Amino acid sequence: MFRRIEGQAPRRTIAIEVEGREVNAREGDPLAVALLEAGVERFRDTPVTGAARAPLCLMGVCFDCLVEVDGRPNVQACMVTVREGMRVRLQHGARRLEPAR
Amino acid sequence: MSTHTEADILVIGGGVVGLSLAYGLVRGGDRVVLLDEGDDALRAARGNFGLVWVQGKGLGQPAYARWTLKAAAAWPAFAAELRERTGIDVELSQPGGLTMCLDDNELAERAAQLQRLRGEVGPDYPYDVLDGDAVRRLLPQTGPAVAGAVHCAADGHTSPLRLLRALLQAYEDLGGRYVPGGRVEAIAHRAGGFEVTTGGATYASSRLVLAAGLGNRTLAPLVGLSAPVKPNRGQILVTERLQPFLTHPTLYVRQTGEGVIQIGDSKEDVGYDDATTLAQLSRIAARAAKCFPLLEGVNIVRTWGALRVMSPDGFPIYQASTQCPGAFVVTCHSGITLAPQHAGPLADWIRGGEEPQETRGFKAERFDHVPTH
Repeated sequence: MFRRIEGQAPRRTIAIEVEGREVNAREGDPLAVALLEAGVERFRDTPVTGAARAPLCLMGVCFDCLVEVDGRPNVQACMVTVREGMRVRLQHGARRLEPAR
Repeated sequence: MSTHTEADILVIGGGVVGLSLAYGLVRGGDRVVLLDEGDDALRAARGNFGLVWVQGKGLGQPAYARWTLKAAAAWPAFAAELRERTGIDVELSQPGGLTMCLDDNELAERAAQLQRLRGEVGPDYPYDVLDGDAVRRLLPQTGPAVAGAVHCAADGHTSPLRLLRALLQAYEDLGGRYVPGGRVEAIAHRAGGFEVTTGGATYASSRLVLAAGLGNRTLAPLVGLSAPVKPNRGQILVTERLQPFLTHPTLYVRQTGEGVIQIGDSKEDVGYDDATTLAQLSRIAARAAKCFPLLEGVNIVRTWGALRVMSPDGFPIYQASTQCPGAFVVTCHSGITLAPQHAGPLADWIRGGEEPQETRGFKAERFDHVPTH
């Protein structure tokens, strides 16, 4: 659905992990852009109604692109840059809390 | 161009107190017009915490404790009635509530207060004192810093915003008229009736209820009443939605029906300033994380300040005017907890019924010898 704008300077390809599967991303991309380019259209399900959500604003305002990054839930995917080996999970419902130790 | 509207009763103030009364009045068969300010008004009803709370209330005023107990007992039927009328679930839950204490002195002090209260109200006054382990058995996510808690089986919580919406919808469905967006400019009392001017329009009625929160302070003297209320600021933080883990509300931390953790509270005497301060917010957050360490890494999504409506002794003022018969003033701090009593017995009193036994002592004369500034 999403296409990269032509004529950008070439950038190194790095590998991230999305739902356990290796996905190529361009170094320097926001995670949300990398996920969209990889064909991810359903970033999360909402906590109350379970409706599907994907990025809307891509500038940190709408909070619809929340994903889990390296074990940390509710990260705005548009506000973090991809890193080699980054592990991403899509979210279903509300954030789960680690029980007290 | 001015318009003129007639009603049986005018209610001034569309917060949870005004709407509870207006709903009760229209349910009883009166033609009611509710005059409300705009969105820039100071609105305790849209900023409060949402507890339906019994424990600790009424020390030195057992009638208030009894009034509160009756309200808590009336809440399930009240919530069911609103749901039946409007389809809105106000997310009422009354599993018992806790006041967490972080050291033994705090716990002993709380327990002594509740013991005095039981002495004043009667042996059935519900509370028990839990030590830290008992708290952790009830709420396994409680941290090791919690020394104990006072638990009261009558306590609970609700969604204050859903409540406000349900009350307004139920009120309008029964034919009540809601007129927002204007500030009352004048109240005239003549020929056994009242005429209120707001936004170029006049409204006339034989009875008048002042439920304008902090606004009652200036409105009450216009009809021979007194409401020396002052603002007291509370600050609140809310987190992102989380999987349910907190089964019981606590005085400072509760989980809403939609999973949000709501954290309060602070009490600040700062006039009409409803802003937030980093110092208070971080203190509130740190205390919550001590009670529930799993909250430490959670994202806060909103914070706000709101102003409580406090009389000099913290208890309500429920009063009929002798100088201008037909005028009433109603003000209290606990508009959520007391909503069923305001819609029920208090509205019935305003409609001409008998004054509830519990509210007869809540007259403004008790402040005549107390400095209010």
